[in-house]
Amino acid sequence: MTEIVIAGLVNGILIGGVYALVALGLTLIYGVLHIVNFAHGSLLMVAMFAAWLLAEKAGLSPYAALPVVSLGMFALGWALYRFVIGRVSRGEDRAILLATLGVAVVLDNLFLTIFGGDTRQIETDLTFAMWEIGPLLLSVPKLIAFVVSLALATALWAFMARTDTGRAIRAVAKEPEGARLMGIRPDRIFALAYGIGIACLGAAACLLLPSFFVSPHVGNVFVLVAFTIVVLGGMGSFPGAVVGGLLIGVTESLGGLVLGESLGPIGISLVFIAVLLFRPTGLFGAAR
Amino acid sequence: MTTARLTRRTALAAAATLAMPRIGGAQPAMIKLGLIHPVTGALAGAGGRCRMGGQLAIEDINAAGGIKSMGGAKLEALLGDAQGRPEIATQLVDQMAEAGAAGFTGCFASALGLAATQAAAKYNIPFSIDSGIADAITTRGLKNTFRFFPNNTTATNDAMAALDALNKKAGSPAKTAVIVHEDSEFGTNSVKLQAAMLPKIGIEVKAMLPHATPTRDFTNIVLRIKAEKPDIVLISNYENEYVLLARTLVQQRVDLVSTFSISGGGFNLKFAKEAPTVAENMIDFNHWHNPKDPRALAFRKRVETATGFYSWEHPFGYFAVKLLADAWERAGSADKEKSIAALNASTMSDHFMPYGATAFTNGQNSGAHPVALQIQKGDMTVIWPDAFADAQAVFPRPKA
Amino acid sequence: MKWLALAILAAIPFALPSQSLVNIAMLTAFSAFLGQCWNIAGGFGGLTSFGHAVFFGTGAYTGAILQTRYGLNPWLGLPAGFLLGAAVGAGIGAASFRAGLRGSYFALVTLAFAEVFRVLSNSTDFTRGGLGINIPLNLSWQNFQFADRRATYAVVLALLVLATAAATWLTRSRFGARLAALRENEDAASALGVDLVQTKTLALALSGGLTAMAGVVYAQTYLYIDPTIAFGSERSVEMLLVAMIGGAGTVWGPLLGAVVLHLVADISRNFITTPGFAPMLYGVVLLLIIALLPQGLAGLWATLRERIRRA
Repeated sequence: MTEIVIAGLVNGILIGGVYALVALGLTLIYGVLHIVNFAHGSLLMVAMFAAWLLAEKAGLSPYAALPVVSLGMFALGWALYRFVIGRVSRGEDRAILLATLGVAVVLDNLFLTIFGGDTRQIETDLTFAMWEIGPLLLSVPKLIAFVVSLALATALWAFMARTDTGRAIRAVAKEPEGARLMGIRPDRIFALAYGIGIACLGAAACLLLPSFFVSPHVGNVFVLVAFTIVVLGGMGSFPGAVVGGLLIGVTESLGGLVLGESLGPIGISLVFIAVLLFRPTGLFGAAR
Repeated sequence: MTTARLTRRTALAAAATLAMPRIGGAQPAMIKLGLIHPVTGALAGAGGRCRMGGQLAIEDINAAGGIKSMGGAKLEALLGDAQGRPEIATQLVDQMAEAGAAGFTGCFASALGLAATQAAAKYNIPFSIDSGIADAITTRGLKNTFRFFPNNTTATNDAMAALDALNKKAGSPAKTAVIVHEDSEFGTNSVKLQAAMLPKIGIEVKAMLPHATPTRDFTNIVLRIKAEKPDIVLISNYENEYVLLARTLVQQRVDLVSTFSISGGGFNLKFAKEAPTVAENMIDFNHWHNPKDPRALAFRKRVETATGFYSWEHPFGYFAVKLLADAWERAGSADKEKSIAALNASTMSDHFMPYGATAFTNGQNSGAHPVALQIQKGDMTVIWPDAFADAQAVFPRPKA
Repeated sequence: MKWLALAILAAIPFALPSQSLVNIAMLTAFSAFLGQCWNIAGGFGGLTSFGHAVFFGTGAYTGAILQTRYGLNPWLGLPAGFLLGAAVGAGIGAASFRAGLRGSYFALVTLAFAEVFRVLSNSTDFTRGGLGINIPLNLSWQNFQFADRRATYAVVLALLVLATAAATWLTRSRFGARLAALRENEDAASALGVDLVQTKTLALALSGGLTAMAGVVYAQTYLYIDPTIAFGSERSVEMLLVAMIGGAGTVWGPLLGAVVLHLVADISRNFITTPGFAPMLYGVVLLLIIALLPQGLAGLWATLRERIRRA
């Protein structure tokens, strides 16, 4: 039994790494635009189809495709904000929320029209590669996903903290009016931040593909988890998203062991509610 | 206020036009048939395949001269997208009934089938279920509802018989089992029956592991399976989870005599192609055509040429329509009462499913049975019952 | 005058020979009712909920369990559903508002509550787990199962009138004024002595109770519910869309929203058979409405009326 608990713990941490990457984009978008991005799951689905197509039709390994897909998703996110979400909503919170919901509906059904509703997957050389530590067998694609996720999170944090663009984004997030006076154009920064948030999904998609599946509804599988992580970590906080991701990964994994995989998912929602009720700023969040 | 009235009037006018599609061209020699499936939403893929099967049947019947006893009356399809929502399925039944539908087929999912058959019962219009395995669809006493295909109880009973036969033939290598199932209606229903029946065929159930849909990771479940050291793993779940579980079983090098899924959601030819290593030698108890019938092979080729992917939903959609057409042919009329009487008396044997001639009791075809399937060398083979088998079972499977 | 015209329009379907047209009217009224229920908390109170399915499902399960497990008359589901829905609303409200949640935070907590209820109903035997509940078919009005769609329409219409009356009351009552004050400026309203937790909790309880009655009607009409049908997020989104597109915080918004969204959905579904295309169009129309009518359809109505008055 101890073996299973340890395995569950390690496995939870590994999954948590990828959750963190999905949540990272969401928390960045929330932190800057102050909206819950309802299109997040759909855009993850788009990125996973892109990675799947590159693997299936062009024979490109998802890891090799990572930079391409991330860049493509950045462009898509930027354009979506600039030409659809920003324009449609004119910056009103309620309208942005509805606009992201509308984008999600359009994207989900567009991909359903093109690809049908079936589940797809890939099998690569690495699919069955396992790393043996004592009695534990760790999936190599999951290990890669974990390591790359954490590296990307660190890189993103450094970008926000150290570069001029990063500072501009943070300035807009805190004081849009003040930033405007400093000559920063908030609408451009919003599009940029949205693009970066979506680019994270591109990376997450490539890391997930080898150990997951793709279908037009795959985004829904991750949406609530991503929301939970963002809230747990504190909306807008990067370290919060990473720690939150790991915690949720472990909660889910151990919750499944203790309560069974049927009742297990309730663990995530309970954590979510408890954090919201008792510590709405999350673990790392600043005051609202 | 003016605008309000305008909006409302436009609304009603528009609603009126869509409630009666193409009524102007109605000819006496036309029989309208409503095909209700979820072709958007989560069930879109499978629902679309059922619909395509139905359309192929209509194409074939019309090409062969329509319903001959009715002067060569042609079938006309009314297509409806139930989107996976019972209220939309019901709405479609109403619309199509008023557009003059003489029969319905559908609805892929049991929840949709329950709602739609009940709505059609109000008009007493015959409803031929394609997929939708819940027993309740035909046990509620609806006189208009017929299912050519097996129900859940039959499927589970047969599955245990198949497992027993495969096991005995191999010298009973399987003595213990772990059951993994998804926790909604589909999995729960059959699992209760399985757990009761497995001991009777000499297989001890060591654990039952339900899981939610969606479940994102199966490592924990597989580790618990490993700890129980079962000979076989029984699986009942949907496509996404099936795929993940099957892959994780291989990754974690679980040593099994075999896997045996019952209506495994992800067990199909696409799975065999995209995940060849995982899929090889997996056994599923599921619907399939009779591979010894050349018409079945021709049908499969026809579907594959058109879409590149063939699955059991295609013949299901196909024969749901054929069942109705056969009744109309014998009744010489598309009258509701007469068609229902003809369906009750149905002895259709002109088909390529492994069923024999139809015989309905309370709307359920008692001759309908699924078969045991195994993926061998990337293709689908039938391994049980012997009468329909086109391959020898690989059971127990070779050690990795 | 306005009322009379509406009453006539609402009565027209009773004279229609077509069950399917009545059904469209019924589904539209049902959406409008759901939208109005959401509107009472989300529009008038500014309590943007993403998880109203929690109330819908509570009602659906209450009605179904009372009759299948305890053999009670299905009509009792309506008051019982209202009470339980209101209790759930009061519980969620008291917990959330005491914790000071609002905006996105409140939205997310409701989403999570709906998910908890879904998982619970999916794993306990009392709700028959994932199997869902089949309500035996037994058509008779005493049994709250109607063969004629006009009867269902009448029930839904009565509930819609009830919810709309509640919304109207909010625009005229002191309670409504307190709620609006909180929505516009919490700090100022609190400073003036409005009890924040109590007021918002009551609004959510009222909204929840009414929504639960919709769940009861749903279960009685389709006779089968499972955890996803009852507590799935699609229902929450639908309610929110109807109210927001129509115009949140207005009495007539949900009606307009339901009529327009149903027209778009029904027409596109009937004329375009390519899978996925119709709902995609639905999304595009949604984006257009947000872009062109920031105040929702009710806003357009108000603008047009203003113009007509001036002309």
